[in-house]
Amino acid sequence: MTATPLALPTTAVKVSLFRRLLTHPTGVVSLLVLFLVAVASALAPLLATHDPNTASLQDVLAKAGSEHLLGADSAGRDVLSRLLFAGQFSLAGALLALSVALVIGVTAGLIAGYYGGWFDSASSWLTGLTMALPGMVVLLAARAVLGPSMWLSMMIFGVLLSPAFFRLVYASVTAVRNELYVDAARVSGLSDFRIIGRHILTVVRAPVIIQSAMVLGIAIAIQAGLEFLGLGDLNIPTWGSMLNDGFINIFKSPTLVLWPSLMIGLVCIALTLLANAMRDELERSRGPVKKSRKAAAAAAAADAEGAAEKRGAAAVVHPDEPAGAENSNAGELLLEVTDLGVGYDQPDGSTTHVVNHVGLTVRRGEVHGLVGESGSGKTQTAFSILRLLPQGGRITGGSIFFEGKDLAHLSEKEMTRVRGKRIAYIPQEPMSNLDGAFTIGSQLTEPMRVCLGLSKAEARNRALALLAKVGIPNPERTFNAYPHQVSGGMAQRVLIAGAVSCEPDLLIADEPTTALDVTVQAEVLNLLRELQDELNMGVILVTHNFGVVADLCDRVTVMQTGRVVETGPVRAIFNNAQHPYTRQLLDAILEDTAPRGQYTTAGHNPAEKTAEPKELKGVTS
Amino acid sequence: MTETLLDVKDVVVEYPLKGFRKEPFKALKGVSLDIRPGETVGLVGESGSGKTTLGRAVLGLAPVTGGSIKYRGQEISKATRAQRKQLSHEIQVVFQDPYTSLNPSMTIEQILTEPLTVRKVERQAANKRVAELLDQVRLPHDAAHRLPREFSGGQRQRVAIARALALDPKLIVCDEPVSALDLSTQARVMELFIEIQERTGVAYLFVSHDLAVVRHLSHRVAVMYHGEIVEWGDGEQVTGAPEHPYTQRLFMAAPIPDPDRQAKHRADRLRLLELQREQDVQAGAA
Repeated sequence: MTATPLALPTTAVKVSLFRRLLTHPTGVVSLLVLFLVAVASALAPLLATHDPNTASLQDVLAKAGSEHLLGADSAGRDVLSRLLFAGQFSLAGALLALSVALVIGVTAGLIAGYYGGWFDSASSWLTGLTMALPGMVVLLAARAVLGPSMWLSMMIFGVLLSPAFFRLVYASVTAVRNELYVDAARVSGLSDFRIIGRHILTVVRAPVIIQSAMVLGIAIAIQAGLEFLGLGDLNIPTWGSMLNDGFINIFKSPTLVLWPSLMIGLVCIALTLLANAMRDELERSRGPVKKSRKAAAAAAAADAEGAAEKRGAAAVVHPDEPAGAENSNAGELLLEVTDLGVGYDQPDGSTTHVVNHVGLTVRRGEVHGLVGESGSGKTQTAFSILRLLPQGGRITGGSIFFEGKDLAHLSEKEMTRVRGKRIAYIPQEPMSNLDGAFTIGSQLTEPMRVCLGLSKAEARNRALALLAKVGIPNPERTFNAYPHQVSGGMAQRVLIAGAVSCEPDLLIADEPTTALDVTVQAEVLNLLRELQDELNMGVILVTHNFGVVADLCDRVTVMQTGRVVETGPVRAIFNNAQHPYTRQLLDAILEDTAPRGQYTTAGHNPAEKTAEPKELKGVTS
Repeated sequence: MTETLLDVKDVVVEYPLKGFRKEPFKALKGVSLDIRPGETVGLVGESGSGKTTLGRAVLGLAPVTGGSIKYRGQEISKATRAQRKQLSHEIQVVFQDPYTSLNPSMTIEQILTEPLTVRKVERQAANKRVAELLDQVRLPHDAAHRLPREFSGGQRQRVAIARALALDPKLIVCDEPVSALDLSTQARVMELFIEIQERTGVAYLFVSHDLAVVRHLSHRVAVMYHGEIVEWGDGEQVTGAPEHPYTQRLFMAAPIPDPDRQAKHRADRLRLLELQREQDVQAGAA
């Protein structure tokens, strides 16, 4: 064993949120607006030409001019100066509400989410109560009792806003509380305080920042609303009180109402857009950048070149076994895939090729194993035959001939007639492929009624017969059960029953036993073999387990990084593998390795080496 | 004579079920085994057999309601937070899923130094230790400043192993550490486990559903079924000539990667099932 360090991919540069916002168009504009408003408000004593509260009878409703840049209000106070000073109070009030909401909401959310228990129940109950309270009414009542203080009402509003943060933090924390890395930190002996600080706060940070910008906007709007109703503190200038004054005099001096509403609108819009920009950047949900047509064409050309390069050396092809030895090859040709390419469109306009020039044939009554490690493109190949590639994926080349039709070029409508009826599919995760809201029976009978045109009663009888056939002990009960009421092995049997319900010609099974226990796997493999024999289907079996291959397959195709490296009859692959990658895979199988051997007290003495027969075959590192 | 590192006796783990006066769910029904220093004890079983729960009980992450777990003679099943902190130098863990067991927002260096901060190791010494640990698991030093998402599954599992080794523990609970990995990666990571054991003398409680993996790594093997250990003994014997009917079934269910031998194996399995069924019927009649 040599100390070869593993190769690592290139580092993705970590950029701070602030820097990323500067590259985001709406982000940078809204930041600029907020920055200017904040600076202007902070520097109000320097910028203002008049005292904001000094009334002057000569200047009542003065027009804009050299004396009053934006005119004067109904008490003759300078509008510009008031606007600047009001910014201080309006922003400070909103920030106060935000801080109160943050402190209460985040702390309570963290404690309730992390520890659960009675605090969880109590705070969830309180949150529900607070959310049910109409905010405006509470604020009006508070003013009546406590007097017209802007600060007090904003604090109360902060309390009313805290559920927004509580629920957000609570949801994030409960999601992360049972993560394995939190368990690992507990085993490392970290205190709860440290775990919350290091592991949990980092998770809630991003959503809280986004929510803060939204809440700040709401606080400014509500505060302006209160002041507009004349329920604020009359001694301090705020945008809301200016709005009130402007509204009263809207016929005498229409511009009065314009300035404060412009400020409120501008700040609220900037905050909302900033929140959106931050969400884009923090959660990386920005759509693909549009490229010029020229650049896209260049990228496509480069792709084609890359794809040609990736073709590399030709695959090893083993000849068929002489006829008669195993008559599984005698069936007619069912599916012929040639030169298949699958690619995913990238945001920058280029295409990532995950499958290149793959060829594959399946005869009637033959089980064809598609083997490879993760990322080898075996599942992508299987999905492209069904034309069910995930979002962004498409067939980039080649043909898929099935019963004389090229599936790669069929319309979606024609494809629907092939899927399910002619080509069926068994997934890897049985549980996530059954809808928990419907009974197993209804999920089984519906495709039969659509594909085969059976009546409800006929479909029911056929479903019950199928359930019995796939070895379900009490078909009636399973038929009426919901998916969560059956085990994983039973669910997989149900899906197999569903797949064969329309007697397909080709069955595509994507790791059908990987999620199952080994004893259940043996049962499911047996079932697949029996059904395949009986219905004389062609089967494509995607798997990484060579035991499953040996158990079921007639032919094997080995894939690596989107290419076929070796293909041939199952015995030729197991006994006479030619390609180095196939041999490496076969050598990594643990089945034949010797057991570890006896424990010796000297075993943990580094100087002494005992119990040798544990060397693994084929480990290259 | 060899001392016992970990002694598990009649451990019961119960999870309360929702609902008034409902019987709690018994995940472990009186399980006993022991681990000696530098030994690997394999724990095999199917999903729901309680093998992971036993590992978590040893780590203090599952509620032990009966029996005792002794580490070097000291009872740890009811350890307080402070005692657990002490134990973190002795018992560590490697989890199954290399994707969720590393905090995605922390660099490898932060992940590896985290256990060291509990010990109040100086920054410089901690950095040196990180380099040592990366060497031990054969990752390059520049891995330290990267995030987990830049690594493959096998590489992440190496980071998880390095984190477990950070405090020089005497026992590592390995909960299906190679199950999520590709075949050839799996072989390499298992080789790393053996190599580290030979060099440091650490003991493993190795939980897995894969008989072949357990057989390759373990000195002794325990087979779990429905919250109980049904067979316990020498690795070679348990995995080579199992005695308990369930172990036999488990053993026969794993397919052999060779078409001709598997065909025979399959027939043997069906015969065994038939035989066991007959025995059950006879036992029922008697």
